[in-house]
Amino acid sequence: MVFTSSIPARTSVARRAGRSGTPRWVLIGTEVLVPIVLLALWWVASANSTNAFFPPLQVILERLVQLVQTPAFLVDVGSSVGNLLLSFVLASVIGVLLGAALGLVRPLAWFVEPTIHFFRAIPPVALVPIFVSLIGFGNETRIISITLAALFPVLISTMDGIRGTEPTLAMVSRVYRIGWFDRLVSVTLPAASPRILSGMQVSLITAFVVMIASEMLGSSTGLGAATLLAQQSFAIADMWVGILVLGVIGYATTAVFTLFRRRVLRWYLASQQQEKNA
Amino acid sequence: MTSDTLRDAPVRLSVRGLAKSYDTKRGSVPVIADLTFDVRVGEIACIVGPSGIGKTTLLKCLTGLQSISSGQALIDGRPIDGPPEEMALVFQEYTRSLMPWLTVEKNVRLPLNHLRLPAAEREERIRGALAAVGLAGAESKYPWQLSGGMQQRVAIARAIAYRPEVLVMDEPFASVDAQTRFELEDLCLRIREQFGMTIVVVTHDIDEAVYLSDRVIVLGERPARVTEIIDVDFGGARDQLTTRAVPEFAELRSEVFELIRKAG
Repeated sequence: MVFTSSIPARTSVARRAGRSGTPRWVLIGTEVLVPIVLLALWWVASANSTNAFFPPLQVILERLVQLVQTPAFLVDVGSSVGNLLLSFVLASVIGVLLGAALGLVRPLAWFVEPTIHFFRAIPPVALVPIFVSLIGFGNETRIISITLAALFPVLISTMDGIRGTEPTLAMVSRVYRIGWFDRLVSVTLPAASPRILSGMQVSLITAFVVMIASEMLGSSTGLGAATLLAQQSFAIADMWVGILVLGVIGYATTAVFTLFRRRVLRWYLASQQQEKNA
Repeated sequence: MTSDTLRDAPVRLSVRGLAKSYDTKRGSVPVIADLTFDVRVGEIACIVGPSGIGKTTLLKCLTGLQSISSGQALIDGRPIDGPPEEMALVFQEYTRSLMPWLTVEKNVRLPLNHLRLPAAEREERIRGALAAVGLAGAESKYPWQLSGGMQQRVAIARAIAYRPEVLVMDEPFASVDAQTRFELEDLCLRIREQFGMTIVVVTHDIDEAVYLSDRVIVLGERPARVTEIIDVDFGGARDQLTTRAVPEFAELRSEVFELIRKAG
């Protein structure tokens, strides 16, 4: 589906009513400034630290610059980010397809849903040891663990979203005898898309957590493994670098996803805004 | 089109002893007891009655969205047992019957996709329908960027482009302001002239029913029966000011009003 449109990014009304009237530049400024202020505080507070576990930020950053130039570190980052993205995409695709099938075919849901809710109830991180023992320590294990953990939020929200489709739209589809494919692509999925994307957002966070956990359990590659190894071998600065980079990756993926969501749901966000102002 | 030619026209929609009851935990609840009426080709028929009488249920039966408990509804002599391809429905809730993620133009286009029309005809239908409802130029707008009356025009354009033989409308102008309502009523008359459609409108507005109809079908009692079928002979060309000013208009209006009051 193409969402090219004439929707203004923000209507004048929306801008006026936007988030309790705070101007946009203040919001963006806050978003940028707060991390900088926190880093500055960290820098100052840690400057003369002699605590072995709490090295000065300066030391950590110097170590970061060194590590960025080592291939091993880049391999770790690449492995982590690659696993995260691949698993997230896999989970989203499988989740939407399976969720749509379960949302549309009631009898299928009766059989499968109890199982889904059972597995969803297990904390995602707890699934990692099962896969390690079943499949071993390979990268496939990590991808499967992350994908499976990230699958449930998007799967369940797709199912709910599709079931919650406005009944009038279903009647419109029937009266105009719209074919099943058009109905799925142009009616059902877009109608469910606000919920699907909320589910994907949760899936992304879950994927991130499980990515780190999967690397910390018996893996030798990935940032999670590197960070844990650094801690165990008293390379405390390296450990801090790992944590810092993980934070940046987490923040960046969430930010990119937010932009993606805003773009896909432009019609939704704008119509919500319109309703509020009506 | 004069009223006389309409009276001689063949029957398009025929309702024969239609009954509908809902099954609940406490047994079957009858909503419609026994309805029999005809709508001829090119006619506008309005269905009126006290609220809660089952008008919307009747429309859902006519459009094949709900099953009929007993009796029959026939389109061109063929029993209706699912949404017939020669029928379109305009819903009362325009905000909920349009796809907010599709532009005006794409909303109108969506039902045409499966009709396998030649591309040129499809485009012409979309353009023509939007022009007919006065929405030329609003193609790339989204429904929620439009006023209520405009949104209902989009829904009507979608129905026109589909070129149904029978256009069914469920209280289509109930939630727009009076001025828009008059405009949409005249639009409805124009559509009949321009496309020769048979139109069935459910309304709770008596003036509207008399103004639009060739035939007013008054429902009464619970479960619903046809109380009276009133012929309206104003012909095809009507005008909000002059038609409403003729003495017959007032007479018909009181007649229908009296019937509904008795029925309620």
